[in-house]
Amino acid sequence: MSRILAGLIAGLLFGAGLSISGMINPAKVVGFLNIAGAWDPSLAFVMLGGVIVTAVGYGTVLRRSQPLFEPRFTLPTRRDIDPPLLLGAGLFGIGWGLGGYCPGPALAGIGFGHPETMAFVLSMLAGMVLARQNANFLAHLKWKAEGTV
Amino acid sequence: MNTFTPLASLLGGILIGLSAVALLLLNGRIAGISGITAGLLSFSDKAPDRGWRIAFIVGLVAAPLMLMLLSGDRPDISFVVPLPLTLLAGLLVGFGTVLGNGCTSGHGICGVARLSPRSIIATVVFMAAGIATTFVTQHLIAGG
Repeated sequence: MSRILAGLIAGLLFGAGLSISGMINPAKVVGFLNIAGAWDPSLAFVMLGGVIVTAVGYGTVLRRSQPLFEPRFTLPTRRDIDPPLLLGAGLFGIGWGLGGYCPGPALAGIGFGHPETMAFVLSMLAGMVLARQNANFLAHLKWKAEGTV
Repeated sequence: MNTFTPLASLLGGILIGLSAVALLLLNGRIAGISGITAGLLSFSDKAPDRGWRIAFIVGLVAAPLMLMLLSGDRPDISFVVPLPLTLLAGLLVGFGTVLGNGCTSGHGICGVARLSPRSIIATVVFMAAGIATTFVTQHLIAGG
């Protein structure tokens, strides 16, 4: 129960942050990415605030031996740069620039009932399922120098 | 067209950071939205951590509505491409974030804050791809 409550609190903070920052608006996101147009640099401040608070907070939290409601921390350990990472980030960036939505703001916007938001979210979930179903194949994408593709 | 909102955006970023710190302190988890969401999509195995993921998304959806009720202002949400392109964008975002193990939050905020090389590279790649894509849609096609 405490873990569920923790998820709710973190989700509320995250949703409030996306709403207050303006990131919930796809047109504003595109205005940020459109550096050759009427550039709106606001969203750089979202990243700045988010990264600084997270870096300081993580540094403090990770001095603990374990989190409050779980026996251990679940942190990514991989450090290798592999083709799925680059291909995935590239495809994501194209979709992000096209629609102005990344996963958080799209989900956070569901409550306002725009059909575009619903369409994006359903399509995004389909894309996630598709990638997961092909996870075994996709994970085997390798640099050509390593041999088997 | 867009107004420059450095203070509101900084405050929003700080709240997102607090969310990430809270989730690590309480549940020991990274606040990556694509990972939290995709973790709900495996129907085969019985995921024991489904509860907090659903609760996180409930909070994510509820907070902007609560803010609207408190402030009386509906947030500005407008779209730049027609519906078919929105569908394509969603597909690319869903597929790409699962393939690349993260999105703007997991890589861009949490991973960059941890100085993870994978996240730093991913963030550079998706920012560059996003900028290149808006250049094509906003200048080459729309002529703006």
